[in-house]
Amino acid sequence: MKLRYFAWVRERIGTAEETVEPPDSVATVGDLLGWLQGRGETYAFALAEPDAIRVALDQDHAERDAPIAGVREVALFPPMTGG
Amino acid sequence: MATLRTLITADPIDTAGEIAAIQAGRSDIGAVVSFTGLCRDEDGRLDALELEHYPGMAEKEIGRIAAQAAERWEVSALTVIHRHGRIRPGETIVVVVAASTHRHAAFEAAEFVMDFLKTHAPFWKKEHARDGTPTGWVAAKASDDDAKARWKD
Repeated sequence: MKLRYFAWVRERIGTAEETVEPPDSVATVGDLLGWLQGRGETYAFALAEPDAIRVALDQDHAERDAPIAGVREVALFPPMTGG
Repeated sequence: MATLRTLITADPIDTAGEIAAIQAGRSDIGAVVSFTGLCRDEDGRLDALELEHYPGMAEKEIGRIAAQAAERWEVSALTVIHRHGRIRPGETIVVVVAASTHRHAAFEAAEFVMDFLKTHAPFWKKEHARDGTPTGWVAAKASDDDAKARWKD
């Protein structure tokens, strides 16, 4: 699946997007965040405050318990500040 | 069926033009309400705001919010335009124009769109200071979540 990062999540991880293949045990958005945190220092730093991370699955807002099976694009970003 | 116009653009927004356009050629509209969100200079401290967005989702989310507003209130037409990229103090970030037969629908639809746009549309503001001090991302405000929550039911 493709991962996309925005705003300070993008800056902290150090890339705007990447393609990953999480193991089968990663079933939900919450699982994915936990798995990503273990991928290295930059990920741990970017995702250190889980409450500050919003997630979209194929461009729709998603909660932590949402399943990720079949999802093509997952976006991680801070709370939005438009308007 | 309301006429919806939503746009995400890097170009300057013509607020007066959008207000004129929403009622052009129609005689069924009795009320037009507009909201314009501007970039502040923060007491002279700010040089510009950098508006990052999630292309694709930003369009989708603003379209969804506009459609929800048009479903909830009897609006004749609704325009929502949001800018991205570098925006200087005094320039327009967002415009919402709502037109309806009677004023309440237009007032409430415009406010609903802004409250949901603040918390749901994927845009992020980064500040660029005039004196070159390190820039920072604008933090989301809890009051924006409260404003959105009042539209429940």
